[in-house]
Amino acid sequence: MRLSPDEIIFWQYGLFKLNATIVYTWGLMFVLAVGARLITRNFSTGLKRSRWQNLVEIVVTGIETQIEEVGLSQPRKYLGFLGTLFLFVAAASLSTVIPGYEPPTGSLSTTVALALCVFVAVPFFGIEEKGVGNYLKSYMEPTFIMLPFNLISEISRTLALAVRLFGNMMSGAMIIAILLSITPFIFPIVMTLLGLLTGMVQAYIFSILAAVYIAAATRVRKSRPEPEAQNIEA
Amino acid sequence: MLIDWFTVGAQTLNFIILVWLMKRFLYQPILHALDAREKRIATELANAEAKQSEAQKERDEFQQKNKELDQQRAALLRQATDEAQAERQRLFDEARQAADALGAKRQETLKTDAHNQNQAIGLRAQQEVFAIARKVLADLAATSLEERMGEVFIRRLQEMKGETKAGLAEALKTKSDPALVRSAFDLPAEQRAAIQNALNETFSAEIRVRFETDPELISGIELTTNGLKVAWSIVDYLASLEQSVGEILQEKDRPAVKAAPQAEETQPEPENQ
Repeated sequence: MRLSPDEIIFWQYGLFKLNATIVYTWGLMFVLAVGARLITRNFSTGLKRSRWQNLVEIVVTGIETQIEEVGLSQPRKYLGFLGTLFLFVAAASLSTVIPGYEPPTGSLSTTVALALCVFVAVPFFGIEEKGVGNYLKSYMEPTFIMLPFNLISEISRTLALAVRLFGNMMSGAMIIAILLSITPFIFPIVMTLLGLLTGMVQAYIFSILAAVYIAAATRVRKSRPEPEAQNIEA
Repeated sequence: MLIDWFTVGAQTLNFIILVWLMKRFLYQPILHALDAREKRIATELANAEAKQSEAQKERDEFQQKNKELDQQRAALLRQATDEAQAERQRLFDEARQAADALGAKRQETLKTDAHNQNQAIGLRAQQEVFAIARKVLADLAATSLEERMGEVFIRRLQEMKGETKAGLAEALKTKSDPALVRSAFDLPAEQRAAIQNALNETFSAEIRVRFETDPELISGIELTTNGLKVAWSIVDYLASLEQSVGEILQEKDRPAVKAAPQAEETQPEPENQ
């Protein structure tokens, strides 16, 4: 039983290999980039605009609003990172409707990579906002005794991000595969629909959690971190 | 092994590239477009506001001008009305003056005409009256008109009484010049003597008398001295005749000229003062 698209290997040379995860990711990147390019190529700044332009404008301004609601006062600064996280995960989930396509987010390697990106981005934005000293000091709050716990929390939440997304995506694909072998007609379709919903929710959760972590790291005001994150994770 | 670290690295790189691509092709153009649109809308709103305020200003200005124009028009109209009124009044006065002058002239003409006519009637009546009187007297009493006139004059002298007589006597006596007796015709010698006698008797003195003939004296005899006068003539009768004729003429002329005959109504004074 294949759990991850990593196992489909198209080409390998020593350590370098071209598995399905990477290829499907490229495909997704290509579609996203070309689609974005096509839509924004004839962008109008006037009052009249095309449907596609309206759609992407709604999506982008929606992401921007969400980021701002989380507590980041300058959403445009984080839009590139957080927005791309959401779009990538959401697009991967949506792509599951294509027969034979396996979402790259169903590979733990991909989710770990995304979680690592968040893991790096949090101190990156935190240091940018507060400076190195202040950021590092935030690990010793409320007291220095909390330092190891804060560090453990930092690592564990990264791991949780990766595993949560992987588990959901992989299980979705897995259930469909199992159901296909048992009841080939109706149930796989229902489960695919459910999988789409789950995928969108996961995309939202992943990017919102990343936004919350960044917001907690960049918050200058001293406060108890991550109550919202705890709620969402629960 | 679920985690393939090469794939993790490749996916990290892929994700970073994707972030860059999305920034380059999606977020930047969209945000740029949104900003541009917002700016444009703000500009258009500002423009609209500016235009509105300008329009408001122009409207105010226009209203102000309109008001001024109305006031000017009203003033001009008032002035024109006043001028027209004055002109009308002037023309009216002129016309009235002209009409008055014309009326007066006409009245004058009428008066003159009437006077001339009266005179003519008077003369004619005198001649007629004399002719009739002569004939009547000659037929009935076999006396001449002149004779009767003299008698009447004498009787009048004799009938004089009171202050009139005293005044006349005083005048006749104190006057150095002879009293003047004028008549419209030559008095015969016996008439003259009779008048002389009558005077002498009446005033109980020798009255010197000078006789004169004056054809313009209308058929009568008068005694004049020192501004006092005793007379008999048919002027009184003529006057009443004249008055009657005048009234007839007046009746006839009334529709044409209303006020014209007023002058004719003056009563002739009796001349025996």
